[in-house]
Amino acid sequence: MKTEISVTINGEAHTHEVEPRLLLIHYLRDVVGLKGPHIGCETSICGACTVAVNGKAVKACTMFAVQADGAEILTVEGLAENGKLHPLQEAFWNEHALQCGFCTPGMLMTAKELLQRNPNPTEEEIRHGLEGNLCRCTGYQHIVSAVKAAAARMGG
Amino acid sequence: MATTVTKTEPIVGKGVRRKEDPRLITGTATYVDDIEMPGMRYAAILRSPHAAAKILRIETSAAAAHPGVVAVFTGDDTRDVGPVPCAASLPGLRAPEHKVLATDRVYYVGHPVAVVVAADRYVAQDALDLIEVEYEPQPAVADPEKALEPGAPAVHPEWPDNRAFTYQHEGGDAAKAFAEADVVVKQRIVSQRLIPTAMETRGVVAAWDAGMRTLTLHSSTQIPHLMRSLVAAMVGMPENRLRVVTPEVGGGFGSKLNVYAEEALLAWISMRIGKPVKWIESRRENYQATIHGRGHVDYYELAARKDGTILGLKAKIIQDCGAYHQLLTPAIPTLSLLMAPGIYRFRNVSAEIIGVFTNCVPTDAYRGAGRPEATHCIERMVDLLAAELKMDPAEIRLKNFPGPDEFPFETGTGLSYDSGDYAAPLKKAMEIAGYEGLREEQRRARNEGRFLGIGISTYGEICALGPSSALPAGGWESATVRVEPSGKVTVATGTSPHGQGEETSFAQIVADELGVDLDDVEVIHGDTGIVQYGIGTFGSRTLAVGGTAIHYACQDLKTKIKQWGAMLLESDDVRFEGGACVCNKTGKSVPLAEIAAAAYRALKLPPGAEPGLVATRFWEPSNFTFPFGAHIAVTEVDPETGQVEIKRYVAVDDCGRIINPLLVAGQIHGGVAQGLGQALYEEAVYDENGQLVTGELMDYAVPKATMVPHIESSHTETPSPVNPLGVKGVGEAGTIGCSPAVVNSVVDALSPLGVKHIDMPLTPEKLWRLIAKGGQA
Repeated sequence: MKTEISVTINGEAHTHEVEPRLLLIHYLRDVVGLKGPHIGCETSICGACTVAVNGKAVKACTMFAVQADGAEILTVEGLAENGKLHPLQEAFWNEHALQCGFCTPGMLMTAKELLQRNPNPTEEEIRHGLEGNLCRCTGYQHIVSAVKAAAARMGG
Repeated sequence: MATTVTKTEPIVGKGVRRKEDPRLITGTATYVDDIEMPGMRYAAILRSPHAAAKILRIETSAAAAHPGVVAVFTGDDTRDVGPVPCAASLPGLRAPEHKVLATDRVYYVGHPVAVVVAADRYVAQDALDLIEVEYEPQPAVADPEKALEPGAPAVHPEWPDNRAFTYQHEGGDAAKAFAEADVVVKQRIVSQRLIPTAMETRGVVAAWDAGMRTLTLHSSTQIPHLMRSLVAAMVGMPENRLRVVTPEVGGGFGSKLNVYAEEALLAWISMRIGKPVKWIESRRENYQATIHGRGHVDYYELAARKDGTILGLKAKIIQDCGAYHQLLTPAIPTLSLLMAPGIYRFRNVSAEIIGVFTNCVPTDAYRGAGRPEATHCIERMVDLLAAELKMDPAEIRLKNFPGPDEFPFETGTGLSYDSGDYAAPLKKAMEIAGYEGLREEQRRARNEGRFLGIGISTYGEICALGPSSALPAGGWESATVRVEPSGKVTVATGTSPHGQGEETSFAQIVADELGVDLDDVEVIHGDTGIVQYGIGTFGSRTLAVGGTAIHYACQDLKTKIKQWGAMLLESDDVRFEGGACVCNKTGKSVPLAEIAAAAYRALKLPPGAEPGLVATRFWEPSNFTFPFGAHIAVTEVDPETGQVEIKRYVAVDDCGRIINPLLVAGQIHGGVAQGLGQALYEEAVYDENGQLVTGELMDYAVPKATMVPHIESSHTETPSPVNPLGVKGVGEAGTIGCSPAVVNSVVDALSPLGVKHIDMPLTPEKLWRLIAKGGQA
């Protein structure tokens, strides 16, 4: 039995028939074809699948696609506007805040929400804000610098 | 902060931002799970829930009949596939036959038993539940020391003593050193099993082309070419009809320096069903069935004079191999043995390795691979000796380093350390940390009853793996550098970077050599269809061995460029400089792009020259390189909670010449975080029945952003004489240097309670209990 859902993803309207058990992350990746958000654990620990649902950072591996019916979703693919990188993307690049890049899409989306809530976070606040996203490569130090740099650039 | 540079100044040595990043920060990179193909099927693997059991019966008919299921295969179907290879050999090595799917017995939790192929991943997973397996559980053993006890359950019934191998080394005269010693310190030291946890799990997409009779295997791996050779043999197909493509790889840390059952299994399935097939490992499978690291119980004895001069070392290394040998399993502890003396002058070493089978997933290379274990032991032993002799841990280290004029330094384990000034990073780290002031602060803290500790580790490592004669596979590396007709440059490297950033650092080397813009150099890797044979990325070798091959290819290319330049300038006296050939007599010049156009158009050829501007080199290193450094950790233990706070972390690393300081910093930070994971948080726990208790990220403490301190990173720069770039390697340094610094620090903090040693991980519970018992373990 399938259910029809309608969502807006990165500003584009989508309507699909989906199984009620389909996870949002599989919907985004396999049905819509947005491969930016990644799957690192399926238990909502690693945060690689983080996307914004109605402006809030959500781990898309622990939400069903049907729960997102009617929602406005932003993925890493929608961060840059008119070909111009988001200040967080630019800062991640400048500060070498990524190595293998697998956690990066989720990290960017969480950092974006963090800066919405707290435009001028301290190092400690950044570390706490990113606690739900694991990175095995960078030791987080350059990620913290990048979030700081982006906050400064965004006028926090 | 990255710097922007133009081609007029050298780019090597600059922290330029990475060429890799635009695709990674925009979500447009392609990892293996991002690959879609028409008609693609999905595989899911049924794994053993038992550590040891006989398989009495497997019933697959219900699964096979499930709507959407294409095929179900068991070990009976795959008897002709494999075996899973082990490339390491040691005298007397016992190597169990390692089939791709279990047949009559399972040997560890996670052992693959059957595979379902279906139209989508949900259906494949559903059908797994419909397979019935009747097991007869057998006694299991998960602890390597228990496995060595008489009467322990035999992991492999044919070898009841569970010994996979023994290996001995005598260097100098350890018996004499111990006889002459004033003091001997002894300690049992555990380097616990760790789970590498690359953020991307393993994954394979196999695509058989029936028309071309070729198979393309997309795999998240560090060694595409070795995988091609080995998987071709496993599935019985000619190597030149198998193409291995490494897409973006989401971290490896050694766990993808391997050839696993699934690669051959997926290749075989695709040929069998005539469709592309994808398998993506779940995190639970990753924890159960991808190699683990470390897994040592070591017994060390250190002999010294009462002035602190170390005379000799005896070591017994017990390596938990797990149930099978994966690609390099038995070789890993031999690196520990080589590294056992650390960076100290003594040459008397008596060491033994006992490889032990357990009912656990195999251990193999994980960041540092044998060297963190060795470094942890020697650095703990030096601190134990310092405590015994009431010497300062810095002073005793400085006393035992070979001097900068003693290089190359021959070790008691048969290595020749290339270059070094071991006191330099220690002195620098002490200066940055304010060592004397810290000791003063510690005295005050102790008077207040606080547990403040200062820990030092001075490490060395074996990098740039390595001379072919010293490795299980070739240790050379290959490079092709090609100036295209337009003057743009393409570099094909046999290495397989997966996050380290060599698309950038290699381009920096080439941009300087050929005088072109960084943006005009493309580095390609990880596709056996378009890159000449290579070895891969592991053992901190990519820049030092792969970069050197590129360097030499550039030299060959410059010779060719000058031949063409001389012809075009009608001069026999030209130089190549700033991206152009210049006539030394007239000052006239011709740019590289024009030379390239002429070389491909080939209307006229210089004497003895061929058309085109391409050079390929396979470079064989004469030795390893030996980076070194000093880390200082300042910790405080909260006696109420047992929690360790890292108050300062100073890392001074010498990785030889630095090509890109931004990348070096990234490697150090990430390496330290993994070393810290071992020191404080991480442990793969099997219970007494061989059940993996830490089977998910929920139970296994990969450090989060709040669990890693700010790292004060600095360097000394001692060039390596082994390669013309002078580089040594930095991928594993942070991990190797970190864990002993942290543990030495916490032991130092608790030393007023009489604590001399604590095994990792230093969890709050462990420390709280220790403090509650007044320091008695």
